[in-house]
Amino acid sequence: MKCDLVVVGAGPGGSMTAKVAAEAGLDVVMLEKRQEIGDPVRCAEGVSKAALRKLVDLDPVWISAEVKGARLRAPDGTEIVMSEDRTGAEVGYVLERKVFDRALARDAAEAGAKVMVKTRALGLLHEKGVPSGISAQFVGESLKIEAPLIIGADGVESKVGRWAGIDTALKPKDIETCAQFLLQDEKIDDEYCEFYLGNDIAPGGYVWSFPKGEKLANVGIGVLGSKANSGTPIRLLREFVAKNFPDGKILEMMVGGVPVSGPIETTTADGVILVGDAARQSDPITGGGIINAMRAGVMAGEIAADQVPKGEVDKESLQIYEKRWRETIGKQITRNFAVKEFFVDLTDDDLNHLTHSLNGINVAELDLRGLLKVLVRQNPKHLLKLRHLIV
Amino acid sequence: MLSVNRYKCGYCGACVGVCPAAALELVETWIEVNDDCTKCGRCTKICPLGALELVKEAQT
Ligand SMILES: Cc1cc2nc3c(=O)[nH]c(=O)nc-3n(C[C@H](O)[C@H](O)[C@H](O)COP(=O)(O)OP(=O)(O)OC[C@H]3O[C@@H](n4cnc5c(N)ncnc54)[C@H](O)[C@@H]3O)c2cc1C
Ligand code: SF4
Ligand code: SF4
Repeated sequence: MKCDLVVVGAGPGGSMTAKVAAEAGLDVVMLEKRQEIGDPVRCAEGVSKAALRKLVDLDPVWISAEVKGARLRAPDGTEIVMSEDRTGAEVGYVLERKVFDRALARDAAEAGAKVMVKTRALGLLHEKGVPSGISAQFVGESLKIEAPLIIGADGVESKVGRWAGIDTALKPKDIETCAQFLLQDEKIDDEYCEFYLGNDIAPGGYVWSFPKGEKLANVGIGVLGSKANSGTPIRLLREFVAKNFPDGKILEMMVGGVPVSGPIETTTADGVILVGDAARQSDPITGGGIINAMRAGVMAGEIAADQVPKGEVDKESLQIYEKRWRETIGKQITRNFAVKEFFVDLTDDDLNHLTHSLNGINVAELDLRGLLKVLVRQNPKHLLKLRHLIV
Repeated sequence: MLSVNRYKCGYCGACVGVCPAAALELVETWIEVNDDCTKCGRCTKICPLGALELVKEAQT
């Protein structure tokens, strides 16, 4: 089989790339190793309304819940409430990713991309030393797909970069290891995304509760890999639920890992571009990666459509991708990585103290960046290290 | 040897993402371990469910 572009992985990153490139006229093949796109879900499904609206026409069937804002809870129980209705807020919709991911893949298919499920990429093909396609397994049969450019949108477990010589292995301090329940309980707040901080609750991470419909929520935990041990996330999540939702009923469970490494050195190689979690583009503070993967996918799709017809797909020519994503989503990823590196080592006393410093200040209208700015203003000495990053 | 408890595994791919030797692969619900594994133990600490364990090789 021959085409202009092979996209490995049909998550939000891959589907956006495939759609944009196909719309621009490229002959695109998108491979997904799973037999069902989007399932099993590895996500808490929260996205910013404004950011999502900029990328796609909304379809209400993807949306499980709409929230009014976010509530942060310090270790001593002090709360900060931020409202959603301002641009840039990190939360707004809670998606149904099983439906959402498939809808994005359908959009790619409608644009002309060929989608192949239960098809796993196994390695790069080479011609004269440069990548010339992908070898794959299609429902157990071997398959070769020739293409000048390959997009690795293959998620946290990405191999495409490694095949191309990019070391994407995540260090323990650069991954949040996560577990989540879909929980039914009377005590669930249907209107707010909640975040619980504390070194006993979630070392180097947080516990979240994202509403999924009436008295239903994704209640999950992320623990920094360097502070985790075998099975830590599921153990701490069980403890949290037993304490806070003792009557809660677990309707689903899932586990996963989110890259929090900040921008990696390179996301391109000759004939290869990495997108989304594969490029470690998720946000180091929130762990959110859907929007960044989609935005990087749009950039990669546009660049593929420009470069492939010209035959300029060597690493040098693909620097426009590096430049474009680093100057846009990359800025926030870089900043938030530095903030995360600082925050993960704070004690519970520090976290309580910082929360108290917001006493009497109206933070309701702030997004995460705005909140950090106020924190730096209120705690100039304590947060000295962060000042240059935030202001 | 790295042992995978496939009754416990939640097939999330986190271990694959951290393995410095690229010795792991997630195929649907099945974690494969290849000969490149150096038994460094990184994946065992990361697994959210505790499905991975380094065990002593059986003497033959
Ligand atoms: C517990 C948890 C909670 C999260 N919560 C949020 C949240 O609330 N909001 C948010 O924005 N983000 C969240 N994220 C992050 C978000 O899920 C990811 O950032 C997002 O899915 C990245 O999209 P992607 O397209 O890059 O990769 P993915 O969605 O992971 O898609 C990659 C795809 O590639 C496929 N694939 C892999 N290897 C191959 C191969 N060799 N051949 C063929 N196909 C392959 C995989 O099967 C998969 O379908 C969370 C993650 C976790 C683990
Ligand atoms: S990290 Fe654990 S649960 Fe996830 S795929 Fe690996 S062995 Fe399975
Ligand atoms: S023990 Fe180390 S080398 Fe072996 S699979 Fe786990 S992370 Fe990879």
